[in-house]
Amino acid sequence: MTTYFTKDHEWITVEGDIATVGITNYAQGQLGDVVYVELPEIGKSVKQGEEAAVVESVKAASEVYAPVSGEVVEVNEGLTDEPAKVNTAAEGDGWFLKLRIADKGQLASLMSADAYKAYLDEIG
Amino acid sequence: MADSPASDTPLLRTPLHDRHAALGARIVAFAGYAMPVQYPKGIIAEHLWTREKAGLFDVSHMGQAVLAGSDHAAVAAAIESLVPGEIRDLKPGALRYTQLLTEDGGIIDDLMVTRPAAPQEDGRLLLVVNAARKEVDYAHIAARLPAGLTLTPLTDRALIALQGPQAEAVMARHCPRAVELGFMTATRAQFDGIDCHVSRSGYTGEDGFEISVADSDAGTVWDALLAEAEVAPIGLGARDTLRLEAGLCLYGHDIDETTSPVEAGLVWSIGRRRRAEGGFPGFDRIRREMSEGPSRRRVGIRPSGRAPAREGTAIAAGGRPVGTVTSGGFGPSVGGPVAMGYVARGFTDIGTEVSLSVRGRDEPATVAALPFVPNRYKR
Repeated sequence: MTTYFTKDHEWITVEGDIATVGITNYAQGQLGDVVYVELPEIGKSVKQGEEAAVVESVKAASEVYAPVSGEVVEVNEGLTDEPAKVNTAAEGDGWFLKLRIADKGQLASLMSADAYKAYLDEIG
Repeated sequence: MADSPASDTPLLRTPLHDRHAALGARIVAFAGYAMPVQYPKGIIAEHLWTREKAGLFDVSHMGQAVLAGSDHAAVAAAIESLVPGEIRDLKPGALRYTQLLTEDGGIIDDLMVTRPAAPQEDGRLLLVVNAARKEVDYAHIAARLPAGLTLTPLTDRALIALQGPQAEAVMARHCPRAVELGFMTATRAQFDGIDCHVSRSGYTGEDGFEISVADSDAGTVWDALLAEAEVAPIGLGARDTLRLEAGLCLYGHDIDETTSPVEAGLVWSIGRRRRAEGGFPGFDRIRREMSEGPSRRRVGIRPSGRAPAREGTAIAAGGRPVGTVTSGGFGPSVGGPVAMGYVARGFTDIGTEVSLSVRGRDEPATVAALPFVPNRYKR
């Protein structure tokens, strides 16, 4: 099980050909209190870099992009009733959706945990 | 709340800036100032704290100015030629919410006008205007002043607001004079021995105070209030959710030069004498809108679902467009999305079912009574 990160502050954990996607702890900190999440339909196909979900804080709406292309196989229904889970467990129970990965080759374009940490230091 | 567009002009700082930074505030650009949008507890916690205890706000970015003339009649007549509020009969020590109007009855800015309490200050009015409109307002007023009157911006004064049900108990310890004030009255006073001008007012729907002090004293007053157990610092993010729940307009969003006070639902702020006599810009439009009803009006909107409807969201009814959201988001005390916007005549009744176009989807919503949370002003 390996976790990768994007420059848009999504994380993706891969087990076999299924990937779990969420936003990073850094991202939730930037957003502030999350009050609403809009999750995709199961069965929807999303392309790498395209909007897969929407997360809304008190102040504004932000897109969650698909780190890799794939088909949505599961969404975190728990976030509908408890969107604040994105704040309290961004990189755990606050996951957004699971994808069946279309092309594992795309994972090579993502960052490792160390590379993401260095990226955060860089953007300050 | 809109952040100012990026520019090369360095952001102005209030005298409390270093304190905000030390408290861990997230600082954003707002109306040309570097202002705290939230502290580490976050907007929801700050909002709820203010509703339950006492929130401390730095509103030093707002414009403070003095209009001065020979006597009250002279300054009142001058300001009444620009605003529809009743200023002439304002008692010493009372303040009014009113609007600077264009010739067409559009709102240049909304402001507070205070008649000082002390007899020796007769002939002065204290104005508090929005940060983003300061320069526009001052130029507008100055260009229309009769001979013998002066408008002087107070550029060396800070403004601190303490808002919430426990604000009175806190003020009693530092400024006993303040707790004698009724809602919308003001006085000069001493805060721990520091000269200040304090009013019982605010913009959160809660009981509270606004304290005007010299820049050099602002830190002392801020620190003394923050040291109280009931008090927490509150940023502009929660100020926005509080005023939205309280049904209060935000300039540049809910009101601007295209909206009249009647459309904005601010008829209550137009004095009875002034409705009859006029004598302020846009009177023809305002009189017509008051008798015939405006073609559109500001209303509260409650989305039925959980998705917030933001500023700019289109409002439809029966498949056709009827209006636009001007402020919208999550109301922490309501526990769900709340919004305000303008809808066409015929769709303003409370309970009218409308739909909101949120990211291309039609979300059901209902025209709702304002405020969303009952006001708790001191009566």
